[in-house]
Order: sequence, then structure tokens, then C-alpha cells
Amino acid sequence: MAPATSPPAETGSAVLGRRGAAAFVAPALVLIAVFLVFPALWTLYLGVTDYRLTGVAAARPRFVGAENYTGVLGDGEFHHSLWLTLQFVGGSAIAGQTVLGFALAWVLRDRAGPVKRLVEGLVLLAWILPGSVIAFLWIALLDRDAGTLNALLGTPGTAWLLDHPLACVIVFNVWRGTAFSMMLYGAALGNVPPSHLETARLAGATTWQTLRDAVFPRIRGHVLTSLLLVSLWTFNDFTPFLITAGGPDHRSEILAVYVYRTALGDGRLGFGAAISLVMILVNLVIALGYLRALRERRPA
Amino acid sequence: MADLALTGITKDYPGGVRALAALDLAVADGEFFALLGPSGCGKTTLLRTVAGLETASAGTVRIGGADVTRLPPGRRDVGMVFQDYALFPHMTVADNIAYPLRVRRAGREERHRAAEDVAGSLGLETLLARRPGELSGGQQQRVALARAMAARPKVFLLDEPLSNLDARLRLEARTFLKRLQNELAVTTVFVTHDQAEALAMADRMAVMEAGRIRQVGTPAEVFRRPANLFVASFIGSTPMNLLPGRVEGEQITVAGAVLPLPVSARGLVAAGEEVVFGVRPEYLEYSGKAADGAFAGRVAVVENLGGSSLVTLDAAGQAVHALVGEGREPEPGARGWAVPRPDRALLYRDGELVVDR
Repeated sequence: MAPATSPPAETGSAVLGRRGAAAFVAPALVLIAVFLVFPALWTLYLGVTDYRLTGVAAARPRFVGAENYTGVLGDGEFHHSLWLTLQFVGGSAIAGQTVLGFALAWVLRDRAGPVKRLVEGLVLLAWILPGSVIAFLWIALLDRDAGTLNALLGTPGTAWLLDHPLACVIVFNVWRGTAFSMMLYGAALGNVPPSHLETARLAGATTWQTLRDAVFPRIRGHVLTSLLLVSLWTFNDFTPFLITAGGPDHRSEILAVYVYRTALGDGRLGFGAAISLVMILVNLVIALGYLRALRERRPA
Repeated sequence: MADLALTGITKDYPGGVRALAALDLAVADGEFFALLGPSGCGKTTLLRTVAGLETASAGTVRIGGADVTRLPPGRRDVGMVFQDYALFPHMTVADNIAYPLRVRRAGREERHRAAEDVAGSLGLETLLARRPGELSGGQQQRVALARAMAARPKVFLLDEPLSNLDARLRLEARTFLKRLQNELAVTTVFVTHDQAEALAMADRMAVMEAGRIRQVGTPAEVFRRPANLFVASFIGSTPMNLLPGRVEGEQITVAGAVLPLPVSARGLVAAGEEVVFGVRPEYLEYSGKAADGAFAGRVAVVENLGGSSLVTLDAAGQAVHALVGEGREPEPGARGWAVPRPDRALLYRDGELVVDR
């Protein structure tokens, strides 16, 4: 016997009528058009010109076709920056925020009382403070001469930001963003029926087996959402600039910083626009990858 | 196959709530045992303590003579069926049944064989490839049972096994469970709040109230001779008549009637003592004619129960309930008499049954 299939969803009857509905939606559409669609199209346009911030090309930009794009794809600095960004995403978004956030949520899931509130409070604080404030705090923490970390570790004179700029930025971003994953997974774990976890316990399952059989299948959708959001946010994150300014020697120049430097620092707006489009495409690839890997498998 | 012995089990929750107070309980090998009580009485906590899902604050749990108090649930060799069945929705029935074996890293072949074996004995063989979402409530319950059986545990624990089934299925499942338990002869403890379920299924039962066991016995013992007023009022689909009275020699005055002392209490009470007279509606002989040693009064209400009717008699301001057979129902407002069976009536003094021990 085949399982009964649900009838196709009925389409709602139009109470308003087409015109009325359009009138209600119009203001929102106008806002979207002005602030999202137009800039996006403008960026596409800039990407095929040699538009610059200053000089002749600023007054009379010239159409250059795919020149900017071939330039970007052949640019060693771009390759370097893309590689740094992937490390940044892999280290801070996936290994850091997601794994650490889930671990915290899992460990704290049925704790109550002061420990849980303290951890949640601290983690949330990192999430709600303004980026500029946090960046300043981290510079103070990592400073070579008067930094807190050197005082704690007893390693005076270690220039963390100069010696390990990318690692610093990764740790910083993990610290800052873990709260989101923790809260999302905390809520997701609340959806796993206690009896499922107890069934696993009764069978003698290890933590890993419990996660695999009882927890993960239940929170697959949450994992997808969290990974997607966190990865894309991290990929496009500009806050590290506030700590290292991309340096030293471009060693922490992730793509968002690279765009900023070429477009606004060097004034090559056309080139920057081309990088932006390439970034969007990379984002798209990441998103599609996750969707493919984690999409709910339909029962055959 | 193993017996189960609990000694001095105490469970305190933070905040000073005592869920279980120094409980002692022994369940014999192969017995079908019921834990019965109102919600919040600690029966589920007790079951979970046996499973190891809760840790007792004090006391020991022994399964087959071995002390398992400190063992984690996975090493106690118990199988449990949860109230919501807790089937994994993403696994097929076969995978669900074989889950305990998968955790133990048994091979695919062995898991399949075990799943088919157990499924066969529960009439699930045609459903093995389905998912829990495609099964009826009764089928889901049997899958949960099969999963608990797959690892061949020493003790089965069932938490409210029938409460998620609709009324018709519940009766079917009751018969099914009792037969299955009888065939498997595995020590089984189940929790229920429904006294009818406990009476129908259990070999023996414990009635709990507020973290304590108030009576342990066979369903017949508990039904006929409730050890105290709590059990007396909790057991029975029609509540027992419990009426204050005064002993006067070999007789007792209750609700305006003078009745002979119940057989069980003869010689154990002194004249002038204040007691509670208890008799089940089933053990009252109703009559439309005046009789000696009977509650007398006007019929206030007649409730049809199907094969019989529950007559409420207004006897000197006290409500007395009596069961009347089909076709013999009186009219409301008529005068009626109800004679208790002396060998089934009971006396309670300070809440406890007066009985020769």
C-alpha cells in the first residue's frame, strides 16, 4: 500500500483583486527597487567600465567589456585574498562558531541556574556589543607592549597582530559570533523529544551515536540555516579590517577588505565592482553546496 | 530473566521536593507488575529510576541480584517503551527495531535477522520497510515494543503504554500486551494512572501516593481489601462508599442504618469507636422492599452504565451508591434499601483497614 498523498495546496481566492493587492505591495517594491535592485544593477554596470573615484575616468568612464573580470581572475592578490577568506570562513564560521556554538548548546541543554546564565550572558555580550567597540577591546587585548594577553601568558613583547594576523582575526570572529549558533542550536535542541535522547541512552549509545541517530536528523534544517547564514555573513564580514586593516602585508586581507582597498583605497571602482560580483557568485556556490548536502531527503 | 528488587529508594529534587520516599519493592521473575497512582505520585520517577534515567538520592536497585544502582542505563539490560513511543521518524521500522543492535555495532545481517524475528512475533513483518509516520498508533506501539525486545533485556519497562491509543484500540492492546508478556515471561513493570488498566493487566500491582507505596498486592486483593482509605477511593470504576460510623457492640451505626460488623473486623474494634464503613457499590444488594441491616433512603439519581445502573440513595443525608442489574432499576424518588455483603464490607480506623494480621 502506498502512503496517502496530501492533495495539492489550494490557491487562495483573491479577496482584494489584482489591482488592490498590487497597490498594497507597491510601496515595498519601490523601496526594494531603489535600495537593492538599482545599486545591484549599478554595480553590474560599473563592473564593465573603467570607472574611478577621481581623474578623467571618473568624469567619463569608458566601457571596457570583460577586462575587469579577466583582471580579477588573473590577479594574484585576488587569489591570495580568496584563499584567506576561505580559511577565515572555514576556521571561524564552520569550525569555530558552528562547532563551538553547538557544543555549548549541547552541554548547556539541560543545565539550569547560574552557570548557564553566566555563559549565555558572556557569549551574548560579545554578540550585541558594536563591532568598533569590540575591535578596540581586542586591539587592547593583543597589543604588543601593554596587551592583556601578554600579561596573562607572561609573553611580553609578542606582537600577536603582526605575527599571526589571520589567526587573531579568526579567534576574534569565533568569539564574536558563537552566540548566534549557540542560541539557534539551543532552540533546535529543545525540539528533540527527551524520549528520543533517552532511547539512545537506554541503548547505551555514545554521545556521537546519540548525535548521529537522535539529534542530527531532527535539527537538520536548523543546521542548514545556521551554516548558511554564518558562512555567508563571515564571507562578507568587514569587521576584521578594524583590527588589522588587512595587514600586515595583506596577510589578513580577506575579500571584503580587498574590495574596500581596491575600490575606495586605490579608487578603482570598476575593478572593485567586478570583485563584488565574483564574491556574490562564490556566495551562491557556497549556498548551493549546503542546500545540496543538507536538503531533507524525501522518503523513496 | 531476572527479578527486580528496590530497597530504600529515595529521590529528592533540588528545591526540597521529595518524589520518592524510601521505597521498598520486589518484583518476581517473569511477573507483570503495575505501578498505579494519580499523576505526580512518583510512579514514573520510580520507573525511570529503575531504567537509570534518574539517579536515586539513596537506596539500591537490583536486577537479577546484581546491584545496578550506579550503572548507566545502557548497561542495565532493561528495555523501555516510552509513552510517546520515541520512534525515530527518519528510520524505517526495521531500522528502528534494530536500533539497540546498531548502537552495539552489530553487523547488518544480524540486525536484519533480529528485526525480522521480533517483528514476526508482533505481527509487523509486512511493515518493515515503512516509516513510523505511515503507521497507526497501535502499530507504532508494537514497533516500540519490538525495539525494546530486540536486545533481549532482562526487564521491560513500559511508561503509560496505553495512554496514547484511542479507547477501542486500548482494549485490544491490553489483551495483546498481557498475552505477549505471558508468552515472553520477561519481568515487566508498567506505569499507569488508570486503575482499570492495572487491574486488568497486572499479576501484582503497587498503588502509590505522594512518593510512597500505599499497597502492594494482586488486583483481586487490592480491589477487595484496599489497605487504606486512599487505595479504597482510588481503585474501582465506581467509587467505594466510605461512610463515617460508630461501633456499638457487634453492630455499627452508619448513615442512619444499624448494620452488622463486617466479618473482617469482628473482635478488632471496641464499642464507641469512630470508624469509616466501606463497601463497594458492587457489593450492595439493592431492593425496593424494606430489609434488615440495610441503608434506607430515597433514590436520588440513577446512572445507566450499560449492563447495570448506578443508583444513588440518599440515606440520612449521606449518598450511598449501589449497582443494580439490568431491568431492576428503580425510579428516582422511590424508596429503596441496600444491604451490604458482610463478607465484603470493610472498616477503616484512622485511615487504615481494620483487619486481623
